[in-house]
Amino acid sequence: MTDLYLSSLPVGSIATVVGVTGKGIQASRLADLGFLPGTPVTCLRRAPLGDPRLYELRGVQLCLREAEAACIRVSLDG
Amino acid sequence: MAEASMDAEAPTVRLGLLGSPNSGKTTLFNALTGLRAKVGNYPGVTVERREGSTRVDGRLVQVIDLPGTYGLDPVSPDEAVVARVLAGEVAEVAPPDALILTVDSCSLERSLWFVAQALRLELPTCLVLTMTDELTARGGRIDLERLSAALGIPVVSVVGHRGLGVEELRGQLRDPAAWERPPILPPNDPSERQGWMESVIERVLVQRPERDPLTAAVDRVVLHPLGGSLLFAAVMVFFFQLIFAWATPAMDAIDAAMGAAASGAKTLLPAGLLADFVSDGLIAGVGSVVIFLPQIVLLFGVLYLLEDVGYMARAAFVVDRLMGRIGLEGRAFVALLSSYACAVPGIMATRTIPSPRHRLVTILVAPLMTCSARLPVYALLIGAFVPATMAWGPLGWQGLALLALYLIGAAAALVAAAVLNRTVLRGEAMPFVLELPPYRFPPLRLWASQVWGAASAFLRRAGTIILLVSMVLWVLLTFPQVPAPPGANEAEASRHALENSAAGRLGMAIEPAIAPLGFDWKIGVGLVASLAAREVIVATLAQVYAASEEDEVSLRKAVREDRNPRTGELVFTPATVASLLVFFVFALQCMSTLAVMRRETNSWRWPVFAFGYLLALAYGASFLTYRIVDALWS
Ligand SMILES: Nc1nc2c(ncn2[C@@H]2O[C@H](COP(=O)(O)OP(=O)(O)OP(=O)(O)O)[C@@H](O)[C@H]2O)c(=O)[nH]1
Ligand SMILES: [Mg+2]
Repeated sequence: MTDLYLSSLPVGSIATVVGVTGKGIQASRLADLGFLPGTPVTCLRRAPLGDPRLYELRGVQLCLREAEAACIRVSLDG
Repeated sequence: MAEASMDAEAPTVRLGLLGSPNSGKTTLFNALTGLRAKVGNYPGVTVERREGSTRVDGRLVQVIDLPGTYGLDPVSPDEAVVARVLAGEVAEVAPPDALILTVDSCSLERSLWFVAQALRLELPTCLVLTMTDELTARGGRIDLERLSAALGIPVVSVVGHRGLGVEELRGQLRDPAAWERPPILPPNDPSERQGWMESVIERVLVQRPERDPLTAAVDRVVLHPLGGSLLFAAVMVFFFQLIFAWATPAMDAIDAAMGAAASGAKTLLPAGLLADFVSDGLIAGVGSVVIFLPQIVLLFGVLYLLEDVGYMARAAFVVDRLMGRIGLEGRAFVALLSSYACAVPGIMATRTIPSPRHRLVTILVAPLMTCSARLPVYALLIGAFVPATMAWGPLGWQGLALLALYLIGAAAALVAAAVLNRTVLRGEAMPFVLELPPYRFPPLRLWASQVWGAASAFLRRAGTIILLVSMVLWVLLTFPQVPAPPGANEAEASRHALENSAAGRLGMAIEPAIAPLGFDWKIGVGLVASLAAREVIVATLAQVYAASEEDEVSLRKAVREDRNPRTGELVFTPATVASLLVFFVFALQCMSTLAVMRRETNSWRWPVFAFGYLLALAYGASFLTYRIVDALWS
């Protein structure tokens, strides 16, 4: 088990959300979007210019910019 | 009588449609009310509340369609609309008595979080599971009875765009006050709420849906760094070729019909002012704009198809980084893209942008995107002056010229946004998140009816604002009537009358100001008239030439052959045409855009600013274009 931020999750790998850092409206919005502890997240691909990235969680595909993905702690299993 | 007495017994119900973006609220709204509100496969199509009504067993049910939202703490203006309607803070809208909560059945695992928040509003609530056709296709299964039992509210499953399940939902609408209510509310504390949510999922989600195989396969191409960009470029080039190649036969047919109508009016009506008014004023004015209907239909057809299929959200994803460089975000791109249709919905679409500064910058540059009202102007000038020959293989010069104008507009919008971001408006960045919907194939009928909606809006404009301006212009072009000098032939006499009319004098008065751009007084009259709406300049030129030519000639031919009576030179030289096109790329000649800017920014300051900076840009760029093309040509 290694902890890292979602922004550094390599394309194609799966991790589990540990928690959202940061505060206020942004943290609660990330929870609304499904970033809750224990949720598996896959990094599907990068945009052609590198940022943002496309993630899949809870049956939904979401793009996040690096700044937002860097607020989400995940653990890489295995 | 019977209906009226029933109304008195059963008070009307107000239903609010609440749910995540793109979960099928508007589709359901249309199915219930029979209206045709805009739907599209992009999160954030609806940005304003809309009301409609239906009757269930004689009882009036009012339905309020709302923008989509992920949570009840708003982060953007469209989400704030939802919060304000629910709280009863919108003066003219009574808050709903009951809620229809839409949940995309493929994203149940995400959406229950929002369901928990919505149930805490403590209104009678009915949950509608949408997209159940996709759930089944992806091998997923939800136990509806257990879901209803777990939440303590009625649950209906629908396939909204095919109307499946809508009758069952109507049955529920008979008496929302009698809907089952949850015995205890879902918890408010985040970790307790998550526990509640996982336990509901465990009970009701019999089989989790697979990833949509089609979407995965198409995205491998469309989102491929190189392949995707090439595909995009190819689609754009093809599109502009199409606008000229495919629309021409239909345009020629309309043109011929208008010509026949004009000469028919002249023969039927007794010669005199009335005949002139009908044929040179009304038919020439309105007809010259209606001709462009085929191109408008093509433009909206392609735009709506891209949106319905699910390409818009992908486009936003691909260009977000570029937009980030100039200080905007991907959703601003989508707002700008819809400004290709019209800046008014484009400016409305900025409501999905959370950051007020990004939103304002996007509003200020949206008028630079080439809207459909410019298309008639471009098409007239390009059709008249650019040869209809092939440049290279299947690519024609006319299509390429049109593509170039669109590109100049888009480039100008991006540069203006970057400059505004660094100078006039400053502030920090806001988070960017965007959901990518699966690819969908909407029923052809739905797509056709939305394109028809746009086409009829164009015709309505022709029938109202352009008709009105045409009538006013005809009066200004006809009066005061000055007798011709003795010995003048017919052509000289009509020119004399035109130059001495009120509009002619106005044009002459402003000619010194526009002469540096290569424009004569006739173009000047057109420019003044086009302040109401851009395509009016086409109607104006059509009237000017209809009044000055004795026999019917097409407007295209008339502008091509018009000569300055004093110098004998062509009025529309290459430099003048280029300069006029460039002027239309930049100038903000549109009352509706100014009005919507005022409404969305709550002050006259920004529309005035936008008008001023765009006029300055237009004048400067036209001046340079005129000088440069003039020097190169001679
Ligand atoms: N397959 C399928 N597609 C649907 C269904 N309901 C709606 N759609 C499509 O899903 C897309 C989104 O529908 P809308 O009704 O615009 O969704 P909305 O919730 O109003 O979206 P916003 O206004 O953006 O919040 C459209 O392309 C619809 O045609 C459904 O039950 N099944
Ligand atoms: Mg909608």
